[in-house]
Amino acid sequence: MPTTIKVNGIERAVDVDGDTPLLWVLRDVLGLTGTKFGCGMALCGACTVHIDGVATRSCVTSVDGIGNSEITTIEAIGTTPVGAKIQKAWLDCEVPQCGYCQSGQIMSASALLASNPHPTDADIDDAMAGNICRCGTYLRIREAIKQAAQSNGKAG
Amino acid sequence: MILEHFAAQSACPESSPSANGLSRRRFLEAGAAAGGGLLLSVSLPFAAGGAEAADTFAPNAFIRIGGDGEIVLTIPSVEMGQGTYTTIPMLIAEELEVHLSQVRVEHAPANEKLYGNPLLGGIQATGNSNAVRGAWQPLRQAGATARTMLVLAAAKRWNCDPASCSAQSGEVFQAATGRRIKYGELAADASRLPVPEGVALKQPSDFKLIGTPAKRLDASSKVNGSAIYGIDVRLPGMKVATLAQSAVFGGRLKSVDDTAAKAVKGVRQIVRLEDAVAVVADHMGAAKKGLAALVIKWDDGPHAKLTTADVARELEQATLGSGAVAQNIGDANSAMVGATTQIEAIYQLPFLAHATMEPMNCTVHFRKDACEIWVGSQAMARVQAMAAKVAGLPPEKVIVHNHLIGGGFGRRLEADGVVRAIEIAKHVDGPVKVVWTREEDIQHDMYRPYWFDRLSVGLDAKGMPIAWNNRFAGSSVMARWGPPMFKSGLDPDTTEGAINLVYDLPNVHVEYVRVEPPGIPTGFWRSVGPSHNVFVTESFMDELAVAAKQDPIAYRLALLNKTPRAKTVLAVAAEKAGWGQPLPEHVGRGVALQFVFATYMAHVAEVEVAKDGAVRVRRVVCAVDCGTVVNPDTVQAQIQSGIIFGATAALYGEITLKNGRVEQTNFDSYQMLRMNEAPAIEVHIVQSSEPPGGMGETGTSAIVPAIANAIFAATGKRLRKMPVDAAALKPPT
Repeated sequence: MPTTIKVNGIERAVDVDGDTPLLWVLRDVLGLTGTKFGCGMALCGACTVHIDGVATRSCVTSVDGIGNSEITTIEAIGTTPVGAKIQKAWLDCEVPQCGYCQSGQIMSASALLASNPHPTDADIDDAMAGNICRCGTYLRIREAIKQAAQSNGKAG
Repeated sequence: MILEHFAAQSACPESSPSANGLSRRRFLEAGAAAGGGLLLSVSLPFAAGGAEAADTFAPNAFIRIGGDGEIVLTIPSVEMGQGTYTTIPMLIAEELEVHLSQVRVEHAPANEKLYGNPLLGGIQATGNSNAVRGAWQPLRQAGATARTMLVLAAAKRWNCDPASCSAQSGEVFQAATGRRIKYGELAADASRLPVPEGVALKQPSDFKLIGTPAKRLDASSKVNGSAIYGIDVRLPGMKVATLAQSAVFGGRLKSVDDTAAKAVKGVRQIVRLEDAVAVVADHMGAAKKGLAALVIKWDDGPHAKLTTADVARELEQATLGSGAVAQNIGDANSAMVGATTQIEAIYQLPFLAHATMEPMNCTVHFRKDACEIWVGSQAMARVQAMAAKVAGLPPEKVIVHNHLIGGGFGRRLEADGVVRAIEIAKHVDGPVKVVWTREEDIQHDMYRPYWFDRLSVGLDAKGMPIAWNNRFAGSSVMARWGPPMFKSGLDPDTTEGAINLVYDLPNVHVEYVRVEPPGIPTGFWRSVGPSHNVFVTESFMDELAVAAKQDPIAYRLALLNKTPRAKTVLAVAAEKAGWGQPLPEHVGRGVALQFVFATYMAHVAEVEVAKDGAVRVRRVVCAVDCGTVVNPDTVQAQIQSGIIFGATAALYGEITLKNGRVEQTNFDSYQMLRMNEAPAIEVHIVQSSEPPGGMGETGTSAIVPAIANAIFAATGKRLRKMPVDAAALKPPT
């Protein structure tokens, strides 16, 4: 019995066990390889997607628990205003090195800015500490989030 | 940027060099490109001498200027986040007078004969921070030569004096007439001209690109999910497999009950190997579920009881004997006798895993007569050679498609993951992608070696070192990886940072004892030899300053009269860090200085030690002299990266063995520095017109001793073993 999930605005039927992590459905079944595998235990954030706008680790999210929620992946985040701003800031600040973790970083950062347009350093730490970058691009990630936040206009 | 992934068997850009096009210096040839246009073939030496001394011309980089004006650069280095694919094209673009966006980079196919790197034992690989170092002179020369030939071709066509023409933005231009003609239209004519000798290179003051921050060419695909790493490969009919390997190195598979695994939806096949078992499935979710459902029995083999302490004991014993003499200056033993004070210390460094964010993976389509491989590798020719062996095929029947690398750090200089994937693929009909879980990745790495170092120094009445003895023991990665590089008990990597110190020391004796630990494989790890040696020498130098009751910076400066570039970076780092200015309680500053990978660097770290002993690195100030800076933004980025990488090792990095098994499994037990722990980092570049030094690794080796020395400044406790032991820093209550 296939499960139906809504990914980037499109309903997709997938024939996998219900306890299959969303990550593998996205990557191996639907071919959306922008979402990355890093740890399988929600420890590194590489697999972060949005479920109804909330940053979620897809490696520990069973596909049968998603229901009618809207899943957004890195492939479509640029179609949201916040996602587009974050991507631009990432390029302006030259954030990526090897780039492997950056899908997850961008998904976490865009969820942060969508709910908190003017985050403090502490807010950024809270939202981003779950995303590991082995190339150590943290300083530029912080700078890029601040730049994107500035383009949100003045706080208040 | 378009990254083309060549098949290993595909030819290099075909050429028909004209006989008279052979340069006397034999590092540059020009001729007609196969598809029309101008082809320059360049021999990159990577270090002094190699290729120029060769009898035969062996090009390993190619510049093709097509009839359509497209400029394609084929180079043997791979992009793994260090910015090489942006920095190297800058060298060509600068002299060729084209925009950086006009140069497209292609990765060279696997071919050890053509692309072997003399610095790495003739092995085709990207490592040791040498891509830009090797390309600096010859690629600029090639660009300048090509530009000159294009100008000559234009002058010939216009029947005018070449001196009246100039090159700009991909065109030849004659100011007097306003005539201009695009390179593409001249490329064929230029290919028929003799190669001009001794074309002058630009003066640094005329650089337009070099020294300016250039945007990374590979960035955009990395922010929208479209970048394809090895793990992202998808082929028609492809299956996905994951595996369990014997937790004890050298163990064997005894039995597998796969009843439950076969019942998992999507599981297609169980593959049994001598020392591993793999589950082949429609997707990784099913493969992982199937793997968890296997009941596996192992024969642990001879290393079933091995512990890290066993390894350390063996190394300690080795330092009591004698080793190969890596460097001897003067007579350290005699000088020691006359010393006022003698100081001895033992330092140790742990095994470390690489933990690249992209776990090990490799996709293989094995057929009887050929083997096709999709992987991200730092060493393609090694992949091809080892794959051919395990596949039982001649190398030309092994096709390697290289991909973006989700972190290298030395891990992807190895081909063990490729070998494993082929062993599995031999049992699978059609292509199979083998993906390691994070647990397999951490527990079956090839680890930075464990090191044990025994040092003794004699100080004179003023506290200055007059005798320096260092004997250290550990694995030689080079002896396995590039055997020709290991000679008379020594190799250049293992000793870098332990010998040829920047300090003016009258009597030095350094010995290395090679000891290969049983039951755990070792490999290169970012900043390689210096990751070990700089920690030891710079921590010990700090101890000497303390013994001499001198300031650690002043003490070092006094020993740097023969190395002015080292002196400058140290002084700049101290000044910018506010060395000597008051700090809050429980906060200390520490310094480290190094000259490795042909780059001078000093770090000042500022750390805070909490009441529970927890260490936080608050700020790092770096001063660097890496010669001519090609892309200052890449220099900054690589130093930031190296500092985070090294700080992670200093604070958390440790792989331990118990009952022959690596105890760490995932990012909970093998921790990484995170955003909330990242220090503020300032990088100060000291201007220099010397040739470029390496940048990919330097930041890592220097930060570990800087942190350890800062902890001493904050607490008075000297840490001679990494990682930081917070419990040891907790004040007694």
